[in-house]
Amino acid sequence: MMNGSLRWLRRTALRVVPVVTGVVLATFFLLRLVPGGPAAAALGDQATNEAVAALEAQMGLDQPLMTQLWSYVSGIVTRGDVGTSLLYGTPTSELIAGRVGVTLSVVALAVLLTLVLVVPLAFAAALHKDGVVDHLIRVVPAIGLAMPTFWIGLLLIMVFAVNLGWLPAGGSGDGVRSLILPAVAIAISMTPVLVRTLRAQLLEVLDADFVATLTAAGLARGRVLVHVLRNAALPTLTLFGLNIAYMIGGTLVIERVFALNGLGALMFESISNRDFPVVQGVALFCAVAVVAVTVATDFLVDRLDPRSRLS
Amino acid sequence: MTAGSAVETAEDVTRGSAPLWRRMARTPAFVAGTVITVSVILAALLAPVLATHDPAAQNLLGGLQGPSGEHWLGTDQLGRDIFSRLLFAARTDLRIAGLAVIIPFVIGVVAGTTSGYFGGFFDWVVSRVVDTVVAFPFYVIVVAVVFAVGAGEKGIYVALALVGWVTYARVLRATTAVHARSGWVTAARGGGLSHARIIGRHILPNTLTQAIVLLMNDIVFVIVAVVTLSYLGLGVQPPTADWGTMISDGQAFVATKWWLSVVPGAAVVYTGIGLSLLGDGVADVWRVE
Repeated sequence: MMNGSLRWLRRTALRVVPVVTGVVLATFFLLRLVPGGPAAAALGDQATNEAVAALEAQMGLDQPLMTQLWSYVSGIVTRGDVGTSLLYGTPTSELIAGRVGVTLSVVALAVLLTLVLVVPLAFAAALHKDGVVDHLIRVVPAIGLAMPTFWIGLLLIMVFAVNLGWLPAGGSGDGVRSLILPAVAIAISMTPVLVRTLRAQLLEVLDADFVATLTAAGLARGRVLVHVLRNAALPTLTLFGLNIAYMIGGTLVIERVFALNGLGALMFESISNRDFPVVQGVALFCAVAVVAVTVATDFLVDRLDPRSRLS
Repeated sequence: MTAGSAVETAEDVTRGSAPLWRRMARTPAFVAGTVITVSVILAALLAPVLATHDPAAQNLLGGLQGPSGEHWLGTDQLGRDIFSRLLFAARTDLRIAGLAVIIPFVIGVVAGTTSGYFGGFFDWVVSRVVDTVVAFPFYVIVVAVVFAVGAGEKGIYVALALVGWVTYARVLRATTAVHARSGWVTAARGGGLSHARIIGRHILPNTLTQAIVLLMNDIVFVIVAVVTLSYLGLGVQPPTADWGTMISDGQAFVATKWWLSVVPGAAVVYTGIGLSLLGDGVADVWRVE
């Protein structure tokens, strides 16, 4: 047991350390892509050379590259922070902490709704292969892939907020009710692809020898399906871990459609204000969150799968 | 030399191509996808002929009209003809998406093939860079890069080039590595063939079909990304017509003039379905999983 955990820890560290290093470097070098440099871009065309030089000194951009990288990395390690917002003068980590709640709530609700949509549909398709649901599930993804998430959000607003008046069209003032439509939009955009993948995995499980053995041994269909479900739970979990990155990105965009005040709003505000450190901070935070979710699902799958304790 | 290659092509036609055409015609997804895709491309190419109005001509007194004989799909808040803008938007979005899908394809195929073939330290570096790019949520990294480079077409190309290549690199790395470790590559090396010749003449022909199928799937994703960036104000800049800015312009009137946002969105979905079906069809015809 101990051995297994240690092995898992070593394997995970070998994967995670390079990725986190890469993510930190990527957000650091993001500013190097800015034509003319971030200070000049933040101040606009009218800025004097002195003003640009002053801001560059304030942002530490006049230091040698390695010094800048060092202070960037040490800031992340010691304070969990990539710098100070040019607009608010507060650490980016404080701004992110203030906004992350809304975004996490939408993501959590969207994951839940997606599960509710995906699992029954995939089961229906896999259990009645070549049935009506199965055929639909092979056609619908083409439509799902082609629909921009923000446009799904707009359609939902038209139907459920404007016409039916069931739910608010935007803003965070209405508690959980204001998070439902954004979460539904994300769930709808995720469902088609996930159903297709999960259906394929379920078919694989249904095809496994143990299903034939249990059926031949005279087990009732329902009892057999319980075993199928247990075996299918792990691929489902892995599938969600793999897609969480796309869900987080989609949430940031959908926040804009529904005027929610989360990380997405913070990112787009900072973009209009040319507040570079905040954009860096949000990007870094999202990537680290994705890595954390990937590690967590990997850990759970490892724990829940007795086979991983063999060998 | 010329005669030799001519004979080869003639042979190819009789041996390979004829059944391929029949396979294409017998694949419903391929036929439907081709019909839809060609219709969109024709609409884009013929936009100057088909458009009933100048897509940029404003008429501030005739804004937000409903559909009529004069304006088939009505007018937007600046009195511009929506039908004409829809056609010109197809031109803009298809052109940008076409270019934006090719650059990452080339980078990804080159990076994936070389890292899979040679392995070693280069392979390790490429794989770690791929892991890093994948760790960022797609819309987070794309938005951040477009912001850094500057909103507009150039920003889209840079962002999608930096992000999009990983899909191709991952898949081609895996398939190339399998080939590179198989006996025939060793045999070819022993026979005196250069690495470049083995890759160019023997490995790529085996892996490229798969890469092209990936590209067909990717282009739907890229069109949606271009439209999304434009919706967010980071892509195509006004007054150029594009589906994303049209949807975003219409959002303010969502309660009364719903078609302003629905019609350009439907154009995106129609185009995406066509390309998606075409992609599935190509995969079926070539029997790539």
